[in-house]
Amino acid sequence: MGHTDKQMKDALSADEQALLNTFLDEHSLFYGPDPAIMRDHTIGPRSAIEDELLQGELDPHALNLVRGRLHAALDETYDMVEQMGTAPGAKWGDLVTAVYTATGDLSSISPKGVVVFSGVCHYPLKFIAKYWAKDPTVGLHDGDGFIHNDSRYGNIHNTDQSMIMPVFHEGEVICWVSSTIHEGENGACEPGGMPAAAESKWDEGLKMPPFRIVENYQVRRDLLTFLQNSVRDPKLQYEDVKVKLHACLRLIERIRAVIAEYGKENLIACLRKNIEDVDIEVRRRIREMPDGTVRTHAFIDGTLRENVLIKYNLTVTVKGERMILDVRGSSPEFVNRSINTTVASLKTCIATAYLLYIWPDLPHNMACFSAVEVLSDENSLLDSSFDAPNCMSLIPLFKSFTLPTIALAKFMYSCPTRYTAIYSSHFNQPYTFIYGGVTQHGEVTGNFCADINGNGGGARENRDGEHAVSPCFGYMCDTGEQELIEEELPVLRLVAQHLTKDRVGFGKYRGGLGYEQLITSRDAGFWGFMTGGTGSLHPSAYGLFGGYASPVYTLCKIREVNVFDTLKTDPRSFKFDLVELMNEQAIPGAKYGAYDMGMTFEPVQEGEVYMICQGAGAGYGDVLDRDPNLVIRDLEEDLISHETARALYHVVYDEDSLVLDVEATRAARAAEREARKRRGKPFDQFVAEWVRAEPPEDLPYYGSWDDPTRIYAGQGAGRVVMARGAVTGVMMPNPKDVRIAELEAQLAAATAGRG
Amino acid sequence: MKIPMTEYLAIDLDREMWECRCCGHLIQSARENYKKGLLVYDRNPREIHKPLLDTTKYQRSFAPDPAWCALLEYYCPSCGTMVETEYTVPGHPPLHDMEFDIDALRAQWKDRPAPAVREIPDDDERIKQLRHTHAH
Repeated sequence: MGHTDKQMKDALSADEQALLNTFLDEHSLFYGPDPAIMRDHTIGPRSAIEDELLQGELDPHALNLVRGRLHAALDETYDMVEQMGTAPGAKWGDLVTAVYTATGDLSSISPKGVVVFSGVCHYPLKFIAKYWAKDPTVGLHDGDGFIHNDSRYGNIHNTDQSMIMPVFHEGEVICWVSSTIHEGENGACEPGGMPAAAESKWDEGLKMPPFRIVENYQVRRDLLTFLQNSVRDPKLQYEDVKVKLHACLRLIERIRAVIAEYGKENLIACLRKNIEDVDIEVRRRIREMPDGTVRTHAFIDGTLRENVLIKYNLTVTVKGERMILDVRGSSPEFVNRSINTTVASLKTCIATAYLLYIWPDLPHNMACFSAVEVLSDENSLLDSSFDAPNCMSLIPLFKSFTLPTIALAKFMYSCPTRYTAIYSSHFNQPYTFIYGGVTQHGEVTGNFCADINGNGGGARENRDGEHAVSPCFGYMCDTGEQELIEEELPVLRLVAQHLTKDRVGFGKYRGGLGYEQLITSRDAGFWGFMTGGTGSLHPSAYGLFGGYASPVYTLCKIREVNVFDTLKTDPRSFKFDLVELMNEQAIPGAKYGAYDMGMTFEPVQEGEVYMICQGAGAGYGDVLDRDPNLVIRDLEEDLISHETARALYHVVYDEDSLVLDVEATRAARAAEREARKRRGKPFDQFVAEWVRAEPPEDLPYYGSWDDPTRIYAGQGAGRVVMARGAVTGVMMPNPKDVRIAELEAQLAAATAGRG
Repeated sequence: MKIPMTEYLAIDLDREMWECRCCGHLIQSARENYKKGLLVYDRNPREIHKPLLDTTKYQRSFAPDPAWCALLEYYCPSCGTMVETEYTVPGHPPLHDMEFDIDALRAQWKDRPAPAVREIPDDDERIKQLRHTHAH
């Protein structure tokens, strides 16, 4: 009989145990993500010097000046990256610079920056401090810079690359700085860095744990060459490593100037106090909320490869100053689909939702979420394992910007103070075109279009949502200059940001509309597009307090035709409107099609037209409460049809003059309220007639039903039920195999009896 | 004291009842699911989010699939106000979305002044004064 570990441990002397520990420390086979770092989103304890300074007498005036200088430096470096960056994302504001305490807690970000990027950077930073700093082959020195992109070590997805640098003063690390850009191309199995087709983490391209690429403030060319050699766009990789480095260098220069003027003590105290002040204020705001539980959920209607219904479950409980977010009961992870997310990324996105939609007045740092506890099922969609691919984590993560907003609205409505207006759902899908191929300049590239930043805003309790205002993850991003894009890429926009009539979340206040994107390619070598969105069967952004959701969206194509020929020979047959183009089918010989919003990379020929819509925000309140004058204004602005005005808003007016009939409208709305009372059923009766004990058998369903401890996966005879604590990943069949099986069954049925 | 909990619902702490803020109808005990006191309608989501593409030509048309999406509308039985919408899966049990600790709520409001209209920092008029928007 062999010894158990415990017996062996018991048998070791103290010296032997120490020797064993040293041996194990020095002979780690692989430094993977450290759960002690990756599962802890809270701010750490004060360091000795932080404690000494904060226990002592502080000069608020000096701290305020230091804070102002840091913000100015962060703003300056943000602008540097935006002006110099090569990545399309950098040009539109998809970036951030940030400063951290010496122990690695995020203290402050550039005022215009994307919070999520820096919100995840403390994870790799703490990894560097814990492992590389003490490793004799790596170490930590003045002038070091570490590059990183693997979300398993702390990132949203691996298109985003960071430069992380320690700031030394008098031989010690006094703080850290970082710069992050959504770079896009990263050598994945599809161009552009967000491969829906990835079936394992090995398909996702560059997978960088934090490693030192900068020594003595210089980029190591051998390592940079390795990275350039691993991606489709070596120019992008080269330039943006340098751009991020120089943003960090400028930050370090500014920080050293702050130390010279105000002393290191004021810098250290300011960085720590930024965090502690936010933590204290967040706990106070939670105490303002009513104790109780709010339950919500969202359904994702596909994996980007097939249609399935995926549950994102969220229960929020408040008791005193405790707030617990429970996402247990959500779908299991998909082991060969790319839409999983690590729990660290999930928490960072939820934290960002707090800063964007719930408490936008708070200083932007990680303390906004430190007081919040999060419960999740391991091996689930929202807390995926080390091996699960997660390069399209945006699918659940984008919902993480809006679902907490809906839940917290129900806690905040009664609070005595408004920190911002109660907000319905911002649109929450990464709708844009991802592209790849050889440009008109002969350069190989792969990236994505800025339209992802044009999500429609959600309606608020006091006004309509704004059209195509920002991505759900940030508020200062732009949708780019099409003329500049066309100079670099063989992508032409045939219709310029035409608002999506009738495609919006209706309500007392409506969401902001998205816009149509009709594009084609011209003068390319090889070229192709992909899209990475869900929400084609089940709406993505839900309404609030009686408001309706955003609609569902459809990818439309006109293929097997060169539209440039059509524009030359018969320009009238080309309508500059998606719906008209698709319904009239006026281009002879063209093949028209309407599809789900998830499309893996597809080669395109010159002049073929691909059309999507940017999504709209959700509505707030009852449609019958919408001011009839606002309905008329929507008609004047061609945002809705007469049918919507009449049938949905129940407004009576003259269609030619748009003159409102106030009395008739009042009567029509009163009649509709009476009609509702006639058609509505008492709740208990409705539940008895309508509710099922389990998900419909023929529906491919993933997640809990009414009991969050029982998690379903699949459909029909193949459906399995997992218990909480025993959730395992789900392997999906190849969609082509599924289609072949369907066709073979049809063939067999058609040829039955023919021997 | 009546505490506004949503755009359309208040909790009357004295009576411990959910109340419609539009008509004052007493909906349900505040210690229970307010939905039990409302009317529910299983709305075909395609009536709200109508197909925009010709459904004889295309399966996908910017309209939800009723097999994959149910839309429950909750009405006040007295005034017909649509208090809430719930997008869900056909047959999924309706969410008990708000369950508040009424004793704690009472204690919380004991020393607070009666609820007043909240001042919203980013209200419409202020925004108009501050910057250009496309809402004109």
